[in-house]
Amino acid sequence: MSAPLVIFDKVQKHFDDFVAVKELDFEIREGEFLAIMGPSGCGKTTTLRMLAGLEAPTTGEIRLSGQVMNDVRPHERDTPLVWQSLALFPFLSARENVEFGLKMGGVDKAERKERALKWLDKMQILEFADRDISTLSGGQKQRVALARSLVMEPQILLLDEPLSALDAHLVIRMQAVLTDLQRELGITFVYVTHSQSEAFAMADRVVIMGEGEIAQIGTPKDIYRAPANQFVAEFVGRNNILSGTVAELAQDTARITTPSGDFMVPVNEVSLSQGQNASFVISADLVHIAMAKPDGENTAHCRLISEEFVGSMVTLFLEDAKGHEFKVQMQERELSSFDLKSSDNIWLSWDTQSAHVLNES
Amino acid sequence: MNQGRTLNVLLTLYVGLIFAFVFAPIIFSLIFSFNSQRFPTIPLGSFSTEWYQKILSDADVWEAALNSLIVSCSTAIIATFLGFCTAYSDYRYNFRFKGPYLALILLPPTIPLIIMALAMLAWFSKIGMSGQIYSIIIAHSVLTAPFAMAVIRLRLNQMDPDLEAAAWNLGGSEWATMRHVIIPFCKPAIASGLFLTAAVSFDEFAVSWFVSGLNKTLPVIILEIVQGNIDPQVNAIGTFVFLISMTLVVLAQIFFASRQLKSIRA
Repeated sequence: MSAPLVIFDKVQKHFDDFVAVKELDFEIREGEFLAIMGPSGCGKTTTLRMLAGLEAPTTGEIRLSGQVMNDVRPHERDTPLVWQSLALFPFLSARENVEFGLKMGGVDKAERKERALKWLDKMQILEFADRDISTLSGGQKQRVALARSLVMEPQILLLDEPLSALDAHLVIRMQAVLTDLQRELGITFVYVTHSQSEAFAMADRVVIMGEGEIAQIGTPKDIYRAPANQFVAEFVGRNNILSGTVAELAQDTARITTPSGDFMVPVNEVSLSQGQNASFVISADLVHIAMAKPDGENTAHCRLISEEFVGSMVTLFLEDAKGHEFKVQMQERELSSFDLKSSDNIWLSWDTQSAHVLNES
Repeated sequence: MNQGRTLNVLLTLYVGLIFAFVFAPIIFSLIFSFNSQRFPTIPLGSFSTEWYQKILSDADVWEAALNSLIVSCSTAIIATFLGFCTAYSDYRYNFRFKGPYLALILLPPTIPLIIMALAMLAWFSKIGMSGQIYSIIIAHSVLTAPFAMAVIRLRLNQMDPDLEAAAWNLGGSEWATMRHVIIPFCKPAIASGLFLTAAVSFDEFAVSWFVSGLNKTLPVIILEIVQGNIDPQVNAIGTFVFLISMTLVVLAQIFFASRQLKSIRA
């Protein structure tokens, strides 16, 4: 486990009466790729802007390498940001854009040029060095923006939804570029996004924020399989959430009665008591389907509502007799072995260990 | 369809008439400036450059031209600087009484010139600053700064609001950002503002006449020549003034339009 590079210590941010960030208490480790994810208005961009010094925390402290940053001016920090709007200087060429930070830092002309060209080359846009920014494509501009920040050789790079303006196929390409860069340079990336696929594809750890607070911090797998609460489960999506009351408690399982039937859940992290309300979640890809009632616990009888194909993955949307929606995710070729014509007679099942009990919140 | 065509013809005619109405006097003035006859009557006399020779050998006219040049150049620089400062303070800061502050800056062109001129004269005499060339410069700067501000403000509104913060983020102090980002971005608007304020100042008569004292500008000398007698010299000076003003306004438009085009392409 590497040392913390940045510490948010009880940080709050208010804009007049509006509380953008309620209370942040977390660490960013040296050399990690951290994604901060949440719906719009959750405070994720404010968090990033505080780190860059563009907003000052109302209370609390932000420390970078042990130094309190609250009163350090933006231009005295070494926290380059890749903007959602890219914010490239339209009156400068690609190379002059990359040189800008070095120029501000008093680096002499020859060295500036050399370092800028090196980075443009690394980003594979050397041939566009002397082009006007307005003549570049979205992907090329993106690379200029990255080069402009990375040429500063920072310890930490901040990225604010940098891929949101790109086409889907370019997003995948740039994700690979970013993860490769981060690994190669070994510096810390803090990546703000509302896109789960971007965050999960790239990040070592993900911070999920909702309404100015941290809802969960963990690896993408932790968050996907074991969302901490209903908010995270719903935000992550692609899972089935069931709510009911605890009917029976055993050594390490519990029986929960829901309108859709009785289900078994493992109880290891969350303490449950008899009669208590409880919700649990099962990832959509851990649900099996069958055309006849399977043996064992945790089954649901459903009819098919719709299917959604994304590449080779299929998501089935089903509904049980009580109208509760279920989602099942599988490979397209797995699906072909089922006859979904008789679509109102499908059985779902899952292992007890696949279920995960949510914290009430 | 048919209705549309009729409307088009009418509109074209309307625009043509407006242009004719605006430019006819100027064109006649240009024609008569080369006319050998003393009185502007038709038929015209022979072609002559007599009136041009006359004004070019008139020391008063030269002095007025020099005054006009000094006044309009100084005014352009001061007014554009003021305009830039107010446009930037409007763009960048939010403060109480911002509405009244902006209204105050935009007020001068709405005041009837004659009232403005009288008020300036009264004020300058009271503080002992009347009758100097700088009196005209000060008065013109107040009068024309709103034009510069309007053009620069338009440009600033086209700027990505993250651009300035991006420069800070890359280690630029506020002054460095002003120098390397804000001013370069506003350059076409600043040029446009310089030419526009110079043109307005160059043409302005009422305020100049009241506060100029013995330092006459070209519009003031034109009035003095026509007072009492009709002299075709006026046509010659008028042609010069017209050409200079038009050049300035056209230059202002070129800078204004070039960046519009650029932003459309971008």
